[in-house]
Amino acid sequence: MTPTLWEIFREFLLIGAVSFGGGIVAYERILLVDKRKWLSPDEFMATLAISQTMPGLNSVNLALLAGDRLRGFWGACIAAVGLVLPGGLFVLIAGLVYSEGADHPVMNILLAGVAAGATGLLASITYKIGDQHFRHMRSLSIIVATFVLMSIVKLSLVTLLLIMVPIGLYLYRPRPEEPRK
Amino acid sequence: MSALLQLATTFGMLSVLAVGGGTAVLPEMQTILAQRFGIDHTAFVHIYSLGQLAPGPNMMMVLVFGFQIAGLLGAAVVLLSFFIPSSIFCLAVGRLWNKIGERPWRRSVQSALEPISIGLMCSGVYAVAKAAIVGPLTIALALVVFGLLLRTRINPVYLILGAGTIGALLMYLTGMH
Repeated sequence: MTPTLWEIFREFLLIGAVSFGGGIVAYERILLVDKRKWLSPDEFMATLAISQTMPGLNSVNLALLAGDRLRGFWGACIAAVGLVLPGGLFVLIAGLVYSEGADHPVMNILLAGVAAGATGLLASITYKIGDQHFRHMRSLSIIVATFVLMSIVKLSLVTLLLIMVPIGLYLYRPRPEEPRK
Repeated sequence: MSALLQLATTFGMLSVLAVGGGTAVLPEMQTILAQRFGIDHTAFVHIYSLGQLAPGPNMMMVLVFGFQIAGLLGAAVVLLSFFIPSSIFCLAVGRLWNKIGERPWRRSVQSALEPISIGLMCSGVYAVAKAAIVGPLTIALALVVFGLLLRTRINPVYLILGAGTIGALLMYLTGMH
């Protein structure tokens, strides 16, 4: 059964509205594989792999590719729009409040704590995603080189990628006889 | 007009450079917003942090930068330029993939980009921390949130809100930061 555009929109809008605190890819897996069975587990993993390889936000790319599979171009558009719409409205309202009260002392001390908390969150996400990569010399050396070029040498992102992507591709070139990492 | 054009080129560029997810462009975004649009690092970190309270993809706060720089039209320009280039790219390659099937070099591209993306995320943590960590209290709050997120399954939104409330209370009572 091919879903209608409206069904695709509604399902992704729901994820966009309830996924407080991140983990959207997990919500998408539940929707696509378990709830609606729009993709098989293997199809989901293949789609996720492409979403992660392409530039852009993984969760948005995944919505685009799933929508495209279900209903072509418009399915892709409607899935992505549904996913970003609630969060977009949320941040605009938060941004309005922030613009109004940025100079207020209470707002400032609240935001100091919120920013500290968000730093902890970003660090924990980085730590969890990086976990395995920090333990292998090959990936660790790329991580350290990227960090140094970005934060210490302060290269622009374009220059950095022009240097690091070819090095990474060379280090990870397809070699079927050898195990990865 | 030129501000809108500059927003479009800036976020369009960031869109296609966002390897391994939006977080990878955080440090570059912080630098560019300060240099070209005068958004200082504190405002950047405040808006970024507020964005983490929102549902949906974790980079929606880019709209707020657009809004601050050029109003609602600015937010719309940022939305389109940050999402459309990478989306077209992803859709085109995704379709090509379905035709040709899995190839060993796709795995290579992903394996090569993963550590680069993690390195950029480390730079993101460093950039955000430099603006957000201003004294012993903010260090403590960040470390507590970090530890709790690694050891428990508490929703990060509650922890960030908790850090804001407890932090504000302690700063008010002690005058410390």
